[in-house]
Amino acid sequence: MSVLVLAEVDNGVLSPATARIVNAASQLGDIDVLVVGSRAAADAAALLGGVRKVLFSDASLLADGFATLLADLASSYDYVVSGASSLGKDVMPRLAAKLDIQPVTDIVAIAAGNRFTRPIYAGNALETVVDGQAKHVLTVRASAFSPVANGYGAPVEALNGDLQSVAKFIAAHRTESDIPDLSTAQIVVGGGVSVGSAEGFALIEKLGRTLGAAIGATRAAVDAGYAPNDWQVGQTGKIIAPDLYIAVGISGALQHLAGIQGAKKIIAINSDAEAPIVKIADVALIGDLFEIVPQLTAELEKSGLKR
Amino acid sequence: MKILVAVKRVVDHNVRIRVRPDGSGVETNGVRMSMNPFCKHAVEAAVRLTEAGHANEIVVVSIGPKTSNDVILTALAMGAHRGILIETDAALETLAIAKLLAKVVAEEQPDLVLLGKQAVDDDSNHVGQMLAALTDRPQATFASEIKVDGQTLTVAREVDYGRETIALPLPAIVTADLRLNEPRNAALPMVMKARSKPLAVRPAVDFGVDLTPRLTIETISPPVERVAGRTVGSVSELAAIIVSDVNAMEAI
Repeated sequence: MSVLVLAEVDNGVLSPATARIVNAASQLGDIDVLVVGSRAAADAAALLGGVRKVLFSDASLLADGFATLLADLASSYDYVVSGASSLGKDVMPRLAAKLDIQPVTDIVAIAAGNRFTRPIYAGNALETVVDGQAKHVLTVRASAFSPVANGYGAPVEALNGDLQSVAKFIAAHRTESDIPDLSTAQIVVGGGVSVGSAEGFALIEKLGRTLGAAIGATRAAVDAGYAPNDWQVGQTGKIIAPDLYIAVGISGALQHLAGIQGAKKIIAINSDAEAPIVKIADVALIGDLFEIVPQLTAELEKSGLKR
Repeated sequence: MKILVAVKRVVDHNVRIRVRPDGSGVETNGVRMSMNPFCKHAVEAAVRLTEAGHANEIVVVSIGPKTSNDVILTALAMGAHRGILIETDAALETLAIAKLLAKVVAEEQPDLVLLGKQAVDDDSNHVGQMLAALTDRPQATFASEIKVDGQTLTVAREVDYGRETIALPLPAIVTADLRLNEPRNAALPMVMKARSKPLAVRPAVDFGVDLTPRLTIETISPPVERVAGRTVGSVSELAAIIVSDVNAMEAI
């Protein structure tokens, strides 16, 4: 069996999610990776373990162009796989319909016989499907799989052709920060609407920095303008599975809990002992976040954390 | 311009769903149903484009059982002009849904098709992109802003790294994200008026589309339930727990 993995590239750099997608896909067959837009990312993808070769296109594409390119390549593969990222969600259903395939998306577990498990109803139910189609179009949640180890360097093959998208890219509005990638971070500190302001979120960020953590936010906090949209965690935002999630001033709406179900450990800091988040947290501290968070940050700073 | 909006009737997003103990699915009997929240944003966007003078007709379509009429009525009350219900009691896969919608696009020839980015029941996030492929139109998914300039749409999209702006020529497909707008609640007179707007009911089998599922659903099971742990009494106690957890983590 052969697999084509569409790599995640962010700002010219291979996203850490790609190593996880490759690991997930390695259960399906021999892997080639397609990298679009960045030669440096293609070279990085060539170093991932288990990669047979890297296909590189220097085209600048949007969904329609990606789907056209992948549809051309798909004839040589049994599976086309990407992450369940904003790229994969944009491109893969379009590719699937082009190929007359029903895709299976947001996969969190892969079993023998093309059995795939995916969450539905915001993660409140898990659906296991058998995909009996001759060819498969899949997206996997990177956070549900561990990254593949480094390999020995696969060949990079440049693709020819001057592919263009009908839609035109105008501008990127990037949230500039040195905070770790949210969807693959080992530790995440999340803030809710009770954080009260963008200034309040500075407390969350400071705590996060102490821990080398990524920062998340609830939809309500993003809607209120306290945090940028790419920090949103939940059913419609990012799905995270860190080793440790620290939820600050987050009550725990169903839609937010959907995004953190994969967390190994949840710590809640909340003023309300009856909040839904407290009912599912491994450890809770009840009290005023504006007192607790600065104290906690100070204690952690002097604790000699190994990070 | 003519706009087609596709809407889905789902278990209300505030309902805590229950998985049937036999693994056959999620209990929907006697559960409150409503229009998928993302579809509401799509309808609202269509109505605002009409109010701004960019569009003159909004056709709303839903696929599902007879009861899906109620979400079409909701859209008509919000300002859509006429409705189409493609009636079926079968649970259709997203590819079949997209193929049915492609038939409607061929009949209606809308300049713009608006859909919600995903339905909160199956969380698929497929149909807009599939419809774009089947109708060979450009797409802008996860839209948080739509501007019309003649025959060009400029759309801001919510993406993993923040936001991006793209331009696409009409005819096009756009899927709505949550921050696109705040959907209106239709006033009572509009709700009454909606009942007199045209609503065509057509059986799904009449569209000549193969609706056979491609996937076999083996089981639907509840996720592992998390239980409450312990409550600590002080910041120092919490700090000690975090330090020990973090120091025990494998570096990646």
